[in-house]
Amino acid sequence: MAAPLTLLLIVAVTIRAVLFRSNLAELISERVEVVSPLNAWKRVVEGLALLDLGVSPYSGDVFHETPFMIYLFHFLVDYAELVFMIADGITAVALYQSIQTYNKNVFRKQKYALESDRYPADCLELLRSPKEMFYIPLKVAMFYLLNPFTILSCVAKSTCGLNNAIIALFILCTLKGSALLSGILLALATYQSIYPLTLFAPALLFFLQRLYIPVNLRRSSFWFFTLQYAFIYVGSLVVITGLSFFLLGSWDFIPSVYGFILSVPDLTPNIGLFWYFFAEMFEHFRLFFICVFQINVFFYTIPLSIKLKEHPVFLIFMQIAIISIFKSYPTVGDVALYMAFLPAWSHLYRFLRNIFLVSCVLLACAALFPVLWHLWIYAGSANSNFYYAITLLFNFGQILLVSDYFYAYLRREHHLTHGLYLKKKDGTEATLVLK
Amino acid sequence: MGLLSDPNRRKALTGLLTRLNTPICVVCFLAAVVWFMGLAFEPFTLRSYMSENAMGSTMVEERFSSGERALALAKEFGAHKRKAGGMPVDWLVKAMRSRGLEVFTQSFSRKLPFPDENKERYMVRGTNVYGILRAPRAPRTEALVITAPCSPGDSNNQAVALLLALAQYFRNQVYWAKDIIFLVNEHDLIGTQAWLEGYHHTNITGMEYSPLQGRAGSIQAALSLELSSDVITSLDLVLEGLNGQLPNLDLANLFYAFCQKLGVLCTIQGKLQRNDWDTAEGYTHAAQTMMLMVLKQACGRSWGDHGLFLRYHIEAASIRGINSFRHYKTDITTIGRLLEGMVRKLNNLLERLHQSYFFYLLPSLSRFVSIGYYMPAFGLLAVILLLRALDLWVHLGAPALTAVDGVTEAEQPSSPGVLTVLTPLVISHLTGVALYLLPVHLQEMAVEHFPVSETEAVVLTAIAIYTAGLALPHNTQRLLSGEGTEQGWKVLKLTALLYLAVLLGCTALINFSLGFILAITLVPITASITPHMPKALSAVVMVLLSPAFTILYCVFIYQELIEAPVSIGEGWMLFLSVISQGILDHALYGSLVYPLLALFIYPCWLMFWNILFWN
Repeated sequence: MAAPLTLLLIVAVTIRAVLFRSNLAELISERVEVVSPLNAWKRVVEGLALLDLGVSPYSGDVFHETPFMIYLFHFLVDYAELVFMIADGITAVALYQSIQTYNKNVFRKQKYALESDRYPADCLELLRSPKEMFYIPLKVAMFYLLNPFTILSCVAKSTCGLNNAIIALFILCTLKGSALLSGILLALATYQSIYPLTLFAPALLFFLQRLYIPVNLRRSSFWFFTLQYAFIYVGSLVVITGLSFFLLGSWDFIPSVYGFILSVPDLTPNIGLFWYFFAEMFEHFRLFFICVFQINVFFYTIPLSIKLKEHPVFLIFMQIAIISIFKSYPTVGDVALYMAFLPAWSHLYRFLRNIFLVSCVLLACAALFPVLWHLWIYAGSANSNFYYAITLLFNFGQILLVSDYFYAYLRREHHLTHGLYLKKKDGTEATLVLK
Repeated sequence: MGLLSDPNRRKALTGLLTRLNTPICVVCFLAAVVWFMGLAFEPFTLRSYMSENAMGSTMVEERFSSGERALALAKEFGAHKRKAGGMPVDWLVKAMRSRGLEVFTQSFSRKLPFPDENKERYMVRGTNVYGILRAPRAPRTEALVITAPCSPGDSNNQAVALLLALAQYFRNQVYWAKDIIFLVNEHDLIGTQAWLEGYHHTNITGMEYSPLQGRAGSIQAALSLELSSDVITSLDLVLEGLNGQLPNLDLANLFYAFCQKLGVLCTIQGKLQRNDWDTAEGYTHAAQTMMLMVLKQACGRSWGDHGLFLRYHIEAASIRGINSFRHYKTDITTIGRLLEGMVRKLNNLLERLHQSYFFYLLPSLSRFVSIGYYMPAFGLLAVILLLRALDLWVHLGAPALTAVDGVTEAEQPSSPGVLTVLTPLVISHLTGVALYLLPVHLQEMAVEHFPVSETEAVVLTAIAIYTAGLALPHNTQRLLSGEGTEQGWKVLKLTALLYLAVLLGCTALINFSLGFILAITLVPITASITPHMPKALSAVVMVLLSPAFTILYCVFIYQELIEAPVSIGEGWMLFLSVISQGILDHALYGSLVYPLLALFIYPCWLMFWNILFWN
């Protein structure tokens, strides 16, 4: 399987290299859908210039990257294009490996369950075959590398690609079972953009499952491992933050990065839900609604963790999707990360209900974003409402997509325990409804 | 969300939509046509009204009285123009300076990609002269533009003279709060383009021009004046700009209000307004006026010097004096007053015109159809595409829709490889790229080998590539291994339908008329095409409804509507010149119609052509 992956990487790098050289690169890097105030390359360059002048890069209220990022590019700024291409490659390979590991686990579990005869007899057609699973890791890598969203994001040199690489590595380490590396990488991802904090729950659930520790609040082994993992995570977070302080010699970056993410002062339009809402709002409601919107991102962790505690990898997917829909400055690069996982759930296809509608909506929105932007900003004939309407529709499509997969996943699990052909009490055929 | 999550209701709905698919599509199409034709019916349209407060309620008294002087100036200008054999730059500079303006010139040159046979130009070199009247009343942050083209021959002398007379009169008034720029441009749109690019420090079309020496504030509005006779019978308002962009409707309202006030006959698309909407003639007249606007907007070119201003977010319109054999005449003083009134009202603006509509169609000057009324006509056509796509999706055996309960679904037949869709998609787009690039690049080679002029070479190459594309399906099939399967064409058609829907939707948002005209010709055939239809007949129908033939029909309809019907031969020549103008407009001003047709619509149509010849 190494050969197709290599070929895929070569194709992906070629496309990116060609686009970097074309005059589209400049156009793409200005698109609000692709870059946000948080990860625009223009701002990184500004931060670097300030750093070179011996001024704090955060003094200008333009730069909002973390100190690690600016020091990384301090050394690598001349090879920026290469860095972004390598980051995409790393993400793809990490996702490839993770899904391969995950599929092996799934298959092994399925085999044990089959041998112990736990599946109802009519469910055999729901089981997954190695043949079908063989190409899934490659498809995942392909979905990430050849997704136009990823390509745009890479060509615009949006640092979102680097964050995606960190998250992908975190997933890889988690699935490979290395609690230490997983904790460190999760801390790094959190340090980069706060929101991956919610991935703590699925990672923890995964390790507990792997070590056969039941999720039981009265068991000391549960608490022991939880505290251990939390300690690794918090410890690395403290170390990383401390290192940043020593790098810069000031705490400037805390308000400028995390304050900026949480309080959403920059209302440049993007594909998210924040900008229009807060642009229209009276100032004295702002704090309240900021809290509501931000809690919204984190809140889903609790019900989802309870519902999916047996399926931590699917939970990771759900969490990444929710982050990329509800975060304060989303870009298409974030969307690309969770979309890469879709082939891994291809066995759920038969239970998906709205996939046609969702694909139409997402396709239409992707085409309409630049059109309505043109009408609003250049032609002056439309206004921000037009653009926000498409943003809303895009997010509606994403939410529908994610909830559809959620429903399909739960439904498959339900069938695996209760049999495929459900009967109502009166003997008629029953259908499952998500309520 | 009940509909999306309740399986039984979904099942009922999809069942209904697939069973009644064809009747619903037919009804939608007819409804779209009827709806569109109904837009011109007066009770369905809105009476136009001034939305902008700053222009609506303020009183303006027009005092301009030097019409006679303007006529004398026109004669002098004409004499100097003849003597200089082009634009009399020195005379204009002197005339403007003596009227107390700050005068600057800008020279520009542009080599056309191929000779323009309509206007007989290839290497264009010219000069723009403009004078700025600085506002005495306010900081000089905003400006208005009045422009008159310096055309070859004796035309437009009166426009330039009126411009100068107005400048002299305006100079003595104290109420200006915005700078006023008086621009005389040479070589019509090319000059305007050079001046606008110079003013805004942009260069999007590869024009060579000298930088502007003097600037005023950000331009709020512009009026372009075309006047070739001493007296006129009516004034015509031209709104359609580049890529079908229109100025704010308030600008048209302003013009209409002043025409009413001063008793000047005003027309749009050269058609007077009629009051008998309830008669058949009245309705036909309104429908013709609207159709003319739709055709003009669809072709995406700038129909006056104002059209290029719109790109820079400047509201602009052209006012054209028409002298026909009617008895009722208006003298130049009245036109001067009309312009004075309009400029004074624009001078009162506190912000850019934005209150009124930007998306509208005008069946007459006093009535308009807004986007909310005309979009359903397009929406009904787009729905057909989506319904057909849904139908195909269901037939392709998507478990989600055939049987909502995925459980009862039989084993899916193996889905056709991604190659079946990708190959036609890529090949037709490559043809599109060839259609876009080759005509201009190959002209030298074509001229060497064939006895044609450059312009003919370009147009004929385009037509040749277009026709050659029709031979593609056979080649595509040869590239694919094995026979095209039943599944294969369905997947391809599904893709093509969704592609076309998105494409037309985006086009209609930017330029409704273009989107609608393309939809009304493309939708019926694309929705119904299958490989099982009689080949020869459907091939003929498909070609007759292809984008190129749509252009041809538009040429004939347009000629019919402006009451200058043409024979088949003349129509063909016009068709050729329309194509060359389209390519030139793209190269010179960045009009998007040619790339849209070549790079997207034509390849998309080719995909359907491919389906017809699937086996």
